[in-house]
Amino acid sequence: MNILKLSTKNLSGNALTTILNIILVAFGVGILSILFLASTQIGNKLESNSKDIDLVVGAKGSPLQLILSSIYHIDFPTGNIPAKDAQELMQNPMVKRAVPLALGDNYQGYRIVGTDSTFTGLYGLKIAEGTFWNKDLDATIGSAVAQESKLKVGDKFFGAHGLSNSDDEHKQHAYKVTGILAPQGNVTDNLILTNIGSVYKMHEPSHEEEKAHHGEEEKEINNREITSLLIQYRSPMSVVVFPRMVNQSTNMQAASPAMESARLFSLIGVGIDTLKWFAILIMAISALSVFISLFNSMKEKKYDLAIMRCLGASRTKIFFLVMLEGLLITLTGAIVGLVIGHVALSMIGHFQESAQARLTGVYFVADELYLIGAGMAIGIIAAIIPAIQTYRVDIASTLSKDK
Amino acid sequence: MISIQSLVHQYHQAPSMQFPDWEIKDQEQWLLLGSSGSGKTTLLHILAGLLKPKSGHVQIDGTNLYALSPKKTDQFRGQKIGVVFQRPHLIKTLNIYDNIAIASSFAGLPVDGKRILMLLDTLGLAGKAKNFASELSQGQLQRVSIARALVNHPSVLIADEPTSSLDDENAENVISLLTEQAASSRAALIVATHDNRVRNRLSQEYLLS
Repeated sequence: MNILKLSTKNLSGNALTTILNIILVAFGVGILSILFLASTQIGNKLESNSKDIDLVVGAKGSPLQLILSSIYHIDFPTGNIPAKDAQELMQNPMVKRAVPLALGDNYQGYRIVGTDSTFTGLYGLKIAEGTFWNKDLDATIGSAVAQESKLKVGDKFFGAHGLSNSDDEHKQHAYKVTGILAPQGNVTDNLILTNIGSVYKMHEPSHEEEKAHHGEEEKEINNREITSLLIQYRSPMSVVVFPRMVNQSTNMQAASPAMESARLFSLIGVGIDTLKWFAILIMAISALSVFISLFNSMKEKKYDLAIMRCLGASRTKIFFLVMLEGLLITLTGAIVGLVIGHVALSMIGHFQESAQARLTGVYFVADELYLIGAGMAIGIIAAIIPAIQTYRVDIASTLSKDK
Repeated sequence: MISIQSLVHQYHQAPSMQFPDWEIKDQEQWLLLGSSGSGKTTLLHILAGLLKPKSGHVQIDGTNLYALSPKKTDQFRGQKIGVVFQRPHLIKTLNIYDNIAIASSFAGLPVDGKRILMLLDTLGLAGKAKNFASELSQGQLQRVSIARALVNHPSVLIADEPTSSLDDENAENVISLLTEQAASSRAALIVATHDNRVRNRLSQEYLLS
C-alpha cells in the first residue's frame, strides 16, 4: 500500500468534508475558467472579425454601435447613409477597398447582408457548395446558417423585416440559396449574403403600400441608401486624415474598429475583473477550508499517525501523506472546476440569443494549465502547516497520552 | 540479542530514571513488571526506538539502536520490532487486511498476502480480511493488532499492557496468542503489565521499582 492509496482512503473516510472542499475549489476554478475561456473567445472573435477593416463609415450616432452592427452584426445600425455619398468615399484615393453593406432583414435571426463582391475579398470567403450570389434575390449562406436552418442550395426562403427574429416576412419576394460558404471561423458563418439590389427590392413598396402613406420609407428607397461602408486604407498615413475628413466634412461618421474594440474591452473588463477577484476570493476561502479540515483531521488522527510512525513510517513519509491529502482535494477540485467551466460555457453558448457572438465550451486555452497549477499551490499552502505539525509529532508522548 | 546497558532517561525537570542492565536472548519471553509510574512504558518506548534515552546503550541483533539515523531507526523498528499496544488502534478507513499490510509497506518490505491471511487464520479471524475495524469486537481488534505486529517476522515483540482493557476470557486468549505466536515466529517477547492475570504466564521477569 503506497501513500497515495492511504491518502485516498483517508479522504474517502471523511467523504462529506472532502466533497465540500472539492466543490469549493471547483467553484473558484470554474468561474476563473469561464472568464478565461469567454474573454479569450470574445477577444479572438473581435480580432478575427475586424482583422482587415481599418474604418467603418455609417450614419452619425454611437461609434461603438456602428462597429457592433457593421462588423460583429450584434447591434442595430445607427441609421442609413446616402448611397451617393458612400460612392464618393469609395472612390477616394486614400481608400484601397470599400465594402458597402445594406442591412435591415433577417431569416430566423440570421442577418441578411446586402453587399457586393468586395465583401468576399475582404473576408477571403470560399464556397463549400454552389456559387456566390449573382443576381437579385440570390443568397449565399454561411456554414452555421446552413447547419442550423437546414437550408440547402436551391431552397427558397422569405426574409423578415428587422434584424432579430420576427414574423414580419417579405412575402412578395423569396430568396433562393445559390451557395453555402465553407466554415470561416468568423461572423460570416452566421450571415446570409446577397446583393444590395435584393435588399432594395425587398423594401420596394407594393402598389397598396404606396397608397398607404409610407412616406419616409418611400423617400429612403428613392434616394437609395446603404447602412455602412467597411474601409481598408491604401496607406497607414490615412489613419489620421481620413476619419477626420469624414467626420468633419460629411454628414456621416467614421469609427475605428481597433479603438472601439479596445473601448468595448475596457467596459467589459470592469465586470471581468470583478468576477476574477470574486473567484480568487472563493479560492482563498477554499484554501482556508482545506487547511481547517486537514488541521482538525490531523488532530483527530494524531494517534493513527503515531501508530504509523511506530510501524516504521518515516517523518518524511507522514509529512507527504498529509501534503498529498491537501493536494488531492485541490487538484480534484481544479479538474472538476475546469469541467464545470467548459460545461457551463457550452450551456451559456446554447442559450445565447446572438449566433454571431456565440461562445463554446469546446475550446481550450493555455491559461487553464495555470488554474491546475493554482489548485496545486492552494493544496500545498493549505496542507503545509498540518504536515509540519505531523512531521514534528512526538510518537512516544502521543502514545503515552492515549493509555 | 537484546541488551540494555547503563540506561538513563529523564523527562524535562523530572527525576532521572535509571534502568538496570538487561540481557534478553533469542526467543526468550519476559514480563516487564513495575508499579504505575515506574517507567515500564518509557523503557518499552526506548526499546522500540521511539524515545531516545538520555544516556546508555540499547542493542538489538547487534545493532546499536540509537546510533542509527532517524530514518534508519524507523526502518529498523518497522522490520525488527513488533509492537502491541493496550488499545489496538487500527486505521478506521482501512480494512483489516490493509491494516496489517500497511506494516510491511511502512517498513519498506513487500506485502506478503499469504502470510497476512495465514496470520488471520491462526488468530481466529479467517474471513475478516475485508471487514473494517468498526465491525469487529475489542478482542478481535486486539488480535488484529497482534497480527500487524507479527507480519514482518520481527526479532522482538513488545506488548504494552495488552490485556488491561480486556475481560478475563479475552485477556487469556491474547496472552496465549502472544506467547504462542512469538514462539512460532521465533521472536523474543516482552510484555509490560501490572495485570495479575498475566503474572504467571511468562517464565522470566524484569522488575522496575
